[in-house]
Amino acid sequence: MVTSVELCGIKIDNPVIPASGTFGYGYEFAEFYDINKLGTFSFKGTTREPRFGNETPRIAECASGMLNAVGLQNPGVESVINNELPKLKNVFSKPVMANVSGFSIEDYVYTCARLDGQEQVGWIEVNISCPNVHGAGMSFGTDAESAAQVTRAVKEVTDKPVIIKLSPKVTNIARIASACEDAGADGISLINTLLGMKIDLKTRRPLLANKTGGLSGPAVKPVALRMVYQVFEAVSIPIVGMGGIASAEDVIEFMLAGATAVEVGAQNLIDPYACPRIIDDLPQIMQKYGIDDLSEIIGGAH
Amino acid sequence: MNETVLRVTSNKKIALNTYLMKLDGDCSAVTVPGQFVNISLSGFYLRRPISVCDYTSDSVTLIYKVVGGGTALMSELQPGAKLNVLTGLGNGYDDTLSGGRPLLVGGGAGVPPLYSLAKKLTAQGKKVMIILGFNTADEVFGEEEFRETGAEVFLTTVDGSAGTKGFVTDVMKELDYTYFYTCGPMPMLRAVDGIAVTDGQFSFEERMGCGFGACMGCSCKTKYGYKRICRDGPVLKREEIVW
Repeated sequence: MVTSVELCGIKIDNPVIPASGTFGYGYEFAEFYDINKLGTFSFKGTTREPRFGNETPRIAECASGMLNAVGLQNPGVESVINNELPKLKNVFSKPVMANVSGFSIEDYVYTCARLDGQEQVGWIEVNISCPNVHGAGMSFGTDAESAAQVTRAVKEVTDKPVIIKLSPKVTNIARIASACEDAGADGISLINTLLGMKIDLKTRRPLLANKTGGLSGPAVKPVALRMVYQVFEAVSIPIVGMGGIASAEDVIEFMLAGATAVEVGAQNLIDPYACPRIIDDLPQIMQKYGIDDLSEIIGGAH
Repeated sequence: MNETVLRVTSNKKIALNTYLMKLDGDCSAVTVPGQFVNISLSGFYLRRPISVCDYTSDSVTLIYKVVGGGTALMSELQPGAKLNVLTGLGNGYDDTLSGGRPLLVGGGAGVPPLYSLAKKLTAQGKKVMIILGFNTADEVFGEEEFRETGAEVFLTTVDGSAGTKGFVTDVMKELDYTYFYTCGPMPMLRAVDGIAVTDGQFSFEERMGCGFGACMGCSCKTKYGYKRICRDGPVLKREEIVW
């Protein structure tokens, strides 16, 4: 039973990766279990400067999922390098995926260049769902040319594999993915959250202080799966699929759609042991569906 | 933190919209008054964080108010029901700073976590005073139980239908105390901070994603940097709070 896969030139023991924003900088989950069991994990979205994020409430519940408007709270890239990565080193011996956000091309370039020098970082996952401060608040990820610009700029400052994390808030996800591939991306990850809202009937106002928030959890899984399927037909670079994954069956479903690896997000928040459970379940679910080697099923649904 | 399955042994209404639930199982991770548990409920995606009223190594008592669908479902659970629970969450109150005459101030659904603290402090021989604040007599609970711990109990209701008419602060300003511990709605916490004459500790409530520090959903700014209510709190010291 082979669960290992190769993600952008780096072999990982299994395709299960806790998603950015649901796993901090990893060391806190190491109090619950040995995180070396994971394929890798994507650390908290990191920006050039420290950020507090949005006011609270930042979290709302909805049917089969949740909304979050954390607003990229993080200590900034220097603190990540000086404080978070050294703490992680004590509990995690594998390459980590560095998740990077920015509000201008210069932000992305600066942060990626700083992380390029970090031995612990295996991949850089670039979140292009953030608004571009030079683009009237429009997200980099909703325009093929902006997405390609970020990709090109980042690729110039790092030798590490660059995975571009796409926003689902677009008409044609395959077109954005292709633009990133053409600009030199080594991989694509998707989907980031969908935009949602909840209104408090007692106050008659949006519940989240930010008014809107990103929808995640099982509610988004069919959308995510469809987009992974479409992107697989458009690009030849590896895809990291995510959106509502909660079981080993979900992992296989995303891999059949075209994912080389998967990220598990919201499920970590309601079940801190979600990822080790999924990893433990994989062999028996593979056996159930007659799978000997996970790599062989990537894109198998096409 | 520990993930465990607890069994409901009793669940009864004790006041308006207010229920007392006892659960059995491995509760060894609950070690400090003021911690909370996070309960998974069928049909609801996120867990429900509920403060611990009292605990032993193999049981917890929760007093919760029905405020929405999740707590309404909890109120209907029968003895024998099993719940997946994350236990021993949050920092809890630091009882070492209490001095000889600690004052506890609880408002409404903020009263329960002060119970195990009152027990702990009275057992240490401290002269504990507690002010219980409610809106109206229908909501009152815990008066007798707190008295049984040996604490001196002051009851207030906003409408005067039980105890002293007015707010907890109306009583608090007349008392002589060495330190204070409080939990309750935000306006009450602000009012307590406004009139307190000593250091003290405040327990905060916030909407949470995970309850164990992963999602940054419940962050707040303090004088010593950003803190997560679920993990670095819910109890913060007066000196660090940015109101």
